[in-house]
Amino acid sequence: MTAVVTIAIIALLTGLALSYAKRSLPAKASSLIEQVNKLLPQTQCAQCGYPGCRPYAAAIVDQDIGINLCPPGGDETMRRLAALLGRETSPLAEQAIEPMIAVIDESRCIGCTHCRNACPVDAIVGAHQLMHTIIEAECTGCELCIAPCPVDCISLRSVA
Amino acid sequence: MSAPTYDLGKLHGGLRLQAHKSAATAEPIKKLPIPAQLVLPITQHVGDPSQPIVGIGERVLKGQLIAESDGTLGAPVHASSSGKVVAIEPWPVSRRLGDNAPCIVIECDGEDCAIEALENPPGFATLSPDELLTRILQGGIVGLGGAVFPTAQKLMQAVTCELEYLILNGVECEPYISCDDVLMREYAQEVLGGAQILMHALQLEKCYIAVESDKPEAIRQLGEQMAELEDDRIVLKLVPTIYPSGGEDQLVQLVTNLEVPTGGLPTDVGCLVQNVGTATAIYAWIVNNQPLLSRVTTVTGDGVAQPMNVEARIGTTVADIVEFAGGYTDRAQQLIIGGPMTGKSVTTDRVPLVKATNCILVLSEAPSIGDEMPCIRCGDCAAVCPIQLLPQQLFWYACADNEEKMRLHGLVDCIECGCCDLVCPSHIPLTADFRTAKARIHEQAIEKARAERARARFEARNERLENEQRTRDDELAQQKEAAKQSGPAAIAEILKRKQEQQDED
Repeated sequence: MTAVVTIAIIALLTGLALSYAKRSLPAKASSLIEQVNKLLPQTQCAQCGYPGCRPYAAAIVDQDIGINLCPPGGDETMRRLAALLGRETSPLAEQAIEPMIAVIDESRCIGCTHCRNACPVDAIVGAHQLMHTIIEAECTGCELCIAPCPVDCISLRSVA
Repeated sequence: MSAPTYDLGKLHGGLRLQAHKSAATAEPIKKLPIPAQLVLPITQHVGDPSQPIVGIGERVLKGQLIAESDGTLGAPVHASSSGKVVAIEPWPVSRRLGDNAPCIVIECDGEDCAIEALENPPGFATLSPDELLTRILQGGIVGLGGAVFPTAQKLMQAVTCELEYLILNGVECEPYISCDDVLMREYAQEVLGGAQILMHALQLEKCYIAVESDKPEAIRQLGEQMAELEDDRIVLKLVPTIYPSGGEDQLVQLVTNLEVPTGGLPTDVGCLVQNVGTATAIYAWIVNNQPLLSRVTTVTGDGVAQPMNVEARIGTTVADIVEFAGGYTDRAQQLIIGGPMTGKSVTTDRVPLVKATNCILVLSEAPSIGDEMPCIRCGDCAAVCPIQLLPQQLFWYACADNEEKMRLHGLVDCIECGCCDLVCPSHIPLTADFRTAKARIHEQAIEKARAERARARFEARNERLENEQRTRDDELAQQKEAAKQSGPAAIAEILKRKQEQQDED
């Protein structure tokens, strides 16, 4: 009888201590954000509605935002995120997209620098009133350069 | 096929396979006549592709350089007979990836005119090791055991390491293949000469020539030549006939009892391994001024009328070679370039003989695999794996697409020898699965590196933009501050000037 009571009391105390610790001690959120960020494809395309992959990672961790908002990552990324965070898998909000890279039609480029300023990874070289071009190796295919172009000379092509 | 063997002291696992070699080794090497057409792939090595330096319609001479390597890892290609370049176009070749590769097609004139070579090449002993390495680089010599790694670059990497042994690999453990066996029988002197050149180039004092114990004739010939040469630095080592004892790392372990570390090279344990064919090619180039223009290859299998070993020019099509060996028999079904374990089956005999081709195997039926059944986790595969991996566990993770676990279980160390396939009672094509998984892991690593770079660039850009913004804000604040301070005085000054003007008027 004494033994049962002792064990029960120990269990109760430990349980209380643990639940207190869980509530009051801050979880290591920043490292979790980094882990989530590592799983994201780093296209920095903002198609999730956040300005880049890290902000989206922060939103997933801090604000409980859905993990199905990344079209370049596709199903694969969503499943990996679900596994990491212990969440349910859910169908993608938008259709997954193939890896692409942007191409500038250099004969039509007027050198306005708008695309260069929009590129999140500095993959466009060019100067005012001079032809611009894309560094293929660095382009993530985020599509952010397409909308600002006043002469519509940028298009996407599949990597394969 | 025999039962798995456990009787080895130093090499784990492996299999004793039926050799099927005697059919092709009965007669000496036969020289193939000059074919009507030569098809020379411009890249016959591992590394950066070579660039053709001849044009269509140009007449080339035997031994002339027709494609040179411009990368850091590469080997040049020479014309193997004289004739006219008729095309530079994609042609079917036997490679792991892709079916067509750019080739230089030469129509031979049959005269076999050789390009003027150096008169009396200097003896190798008078050349410094550096000069010798540069010269080997020009000879277009690659590892002839099948891996076709450019020999010069392998040696250049090796001289930067602390070496102790040169090991010549005469262990031809794969069934059917016998080209190195006959090469050692007939070119024993050249093999030993090549060993001496390599030892001089690397400044080594010890050389092992490893030969399997089932090649008595080759051993006898080598022994006789060694007795004549009286070079006590060279030692002949017999290794047991077990597949895959001829793998580079496996041979190092057998001969020296040193284990090559994972992800490492034999040079990490002080060894450099070269195929006996490569040694012969080096001898021919350094001493006789003959670049790598031909090689010995085995034409065998029950689909060939007269199995034999031929010395054929690089670029001869497989069709020409098989025709020389009496043509196909009625039972010929499958054409494999390489051995039955690691070779690649091809669909056309238009593919040319390349520097890597050690065997042309024509079989009457595909090695029967049987229907694939679920893994029963018997562990037979782990018992035969020469690098002590756990294929059943790797297979488990391959099914689950768990790349991380596969990496932890040493998938990259798999040499794709095929032993696990052979013993698997459920007939699971393990090696093929591992090969795909390796490719996928490689792809993912590239993707990961790319994402990492994009992230770094994104962060660097954000930081730069923030800095710019901050500098602008600071400047603006400073200007405002300055204006505020000098403001009243400046206004008074302006008013004063206006007043003066009005006074003058």
